Amino acid sequence: MKRFPSILAGIFVTFALAWFGMAMMPLIQLGNLQPQSEEDGSDVYPVNVAGLTNQGRAVFAANGCFYCHSQQVRDRQNGADLERGWGDRRTVALDYLYDQHVFLGEMRNGPDLANIGNRQKDAAWHYAHLYDPRFTSPGSIMPPFRFLFEKRKIAGQRSDDALKLDPGMVEEGFEIVPNDQAKALVAYLLSLDRNHPLKSSAEAASAPAAPAPAAAPAAAAPAAPKEAKK
Amino acid sequence: MTPATATPAAPTHAAAHTPAVSSHDVEQVERALIDASARTPVLFFYTTAITWLLAATFFGFVASIKLNSPEFLGSWSWLTYGRVWPAYTNTLAYGWGFLAAMGTITWLMARLCRVALGSPKLLVWGGIFWNLGVTVGVVSILSGNNQGYEWMEFPRYVAAILFVAYSLMAVWGVVMFRHRRKGHVYVTLWYMLAAVFWFPWLFGAAYFMISVVHVPGVVQAAVSEWYAQGLLGYWFGAVGLGAVYYLIPKVIGRSVHSYYLAAIGFWTYALFVGWTAMTRLSGGPIPAWLVTVSIAATILMVIPIATVTLNYLMTMRDHHHMVYHSPTIRFTFYGAAAWTLGSLISIPASLRSVDHYMHFTHFAVAQTHFVLYAFFSMVMFGAIYYIVPRLVGVEWLSTTFIRYHFWGSAYGIGFAIAMLLIAGLVQGFAAADPALDYSVVVARTAPYLIGRSVAWLMLIFAHLAFALHFLLMVLRLGRPGGAATLFHPLEGEA
Repeated sequence: MKRFPSILAGIFVTFALAWFGMAMMPLIQLGNLQPQSEEDGSDVYPVNVAGLTNQGRAVFAANGCFYCHSQQVRDRQNGADLERGWGDRRTVALDYLYDQHVFLGEMRNGPDLANIGNRQKDAAWHYAHLYDPRFTSPGSIMPPFRFLFEKRKIAGQRSDDALKLDPGMVEEGFEIVPNDQAKALVAYLLSLDRNHPLKSSAEAASAPAAPAPAAAPAAAAPAAPKEAKK
Repeated sequence: MTPATATPAAPTHAAAHTPAVSSHDVEQVERALIDASARTPVLFFYTTAITWLLAATFFGFVASIKLNSPEFLGSWSWLTYGRVWPAYTNTLAYGWGFLAAMGTITWLMARLCRVALGSPKLLVWGGIFWNLGVTVGVVSILSGNNQGYEWMEFPRYVAAILFVAYSLMAVWGVVMFRHRRKGHVYVTLWYMLAAVFWFPWLFGAAYFMISVVHVPGVVQAAVSEWYAQGLLGYWFGAVGLGAVYYLIPKVIGRSVHSYYLAAIGFWTYALFVGWTAMTRLSGGPIPAWLVTVSIAATILMVIPIATVTLNYLMTMRDHHHMVYHSPTIRFTFYGAAAWTLGSLISIPASLRSVDHYMHFTHFAVAQTHFVLYAFFSMVMFGAIYYIVPRLVGVEWLSTTFIRYHFWGSAYGIGFAIAMLLIAGLVQGFAAADPALDYSVVVARTAPYLIGRSVAWLMLIFAHLAFALHFLLMVLRLGRPGGAATLFHPLEGEA
């Protein structure tokens, strides 16, 4: 304990073990995950989509939506997510394969969004909800995102994408239209659908549902990498 | 392994009037030289840290109000909840927490290695760059440039600035350790040295994997959760515990109870703390074995919790009256007790049967606040009350101000955490009942979240009193030297 090298070596080794087990093992185990498909190559899942949804994902991150909304559906043994209708099945690693940015989330000040594009397909609802959450969802504590919208004077006809709000929510002769960020965000939300049925092999590869038996306490931590090889 | 050699020397608060001996005089001069070399960087770290604490107080309060009243400042994109919340957590951790830790590490390592700082200017430059990085990072978050991972919100280039700044600050810790006076390596030094090594690896590896290599899919989540847990355990936990091991024996003037227990506590902490990370993804789309291993590691944390707790309690034995007298001990003991309690709570909370209810609730927020504030920040307050008079040559001006600070912080964070724990329980049990709409689940937490905002008022009061008092110290407006400022004078002393 008195010598510098031995202390340093201990500090180094303890950290390296945990780093390998907790950060590198997931990469080794899941880094080469492939999309599933039928044997004839049809029905590929997931599909790598780009474009507007990626911009929307950036808006989702910029405004910190993920601090209050998770994007993961847990199994029955872990919570009531399925009973709440937040998804048809639990989400697995495969579902996030092409997500440039994974927002699993840690906190639910609001409902889960893993399948929001499937649960609420109406873009107009999403716009109205973002503009004034309490208009669509009374009692919600979500902040309004009015800064993603513009108030415009109606010149001639109403814009196609103008929000359909109650009278009194906007002055007479004006309309509320989403800006580019709002459009991208809603495109992203509508793209969130992780209900695609899984082939059993894909399920087994990406999220073994059976909890591993608790390791013997004394050996648990250092034994982790070994356990992974099973 | 004799406890006597393990003690940081004489009780300073208590025994200001020990008869002088010549070797003692030499030590005094040596200490004065070390303190002089550390003065500029440590005061710089502390001053900027406390400035960030005030910023964090503002952001935290605004974020708290926003959960009570979502329309509050609702039209302003810079202060929408999803930006002001990470601004709060980042200013608290990287602004206040980090710089307070750097100040404490610098001073403690210089004192314990018994070497004066060679280049205080480089440390100050490191501190300047760190402040610059945090400022740019927080402005990025507020202006809508968030990397999107908790505790890793700062953009990549900010991480690079922080990494360089950190290297400039931390390299001196290692240099000091290499040039230390031969002799025993005190337990505080193990923790400090470990933290100084662990952080750059943790930070560098996490940013490299996520922002440079772009690891695919849920691996991102695993890496970012490992980083989040590591930041609390490898950095804030280690620095805080190291400071506890210094401050308690030093102020009460006796050696640490058991060097042997300290060694067990340190090495088991080092071994297990990093493995606890995946409880944060319990039930999530990651391999179940990862979660199982983390639960086992969380249970094993009972070894460091028990040994460290036993050690500081036994060191304090028969000296509990010092909590009554000494501000440093009062803050530090509160912090140490909060560490024990918070760590113990995380053990049952990690079990799948409990996590079923507690996951995705305010319970997790409460646990973070246990580590970052009730434990770490309180210990740093204790350290600042101890260290700053030795740097500026005057004693804290007002017992009343310290008392305001203590009661505001202690009751404020205690109340806030209690509210969050209750809110978490209420939210968790309601969420487990699918018959209740989720809006009802959220509505049930409302009274406790209002309680948290009330707790923030106490914290605001405490931080303002502390910042003002600290400012007076920096301006040398304190009581002229002599006995330390105590809540109540010690009997038989001056």
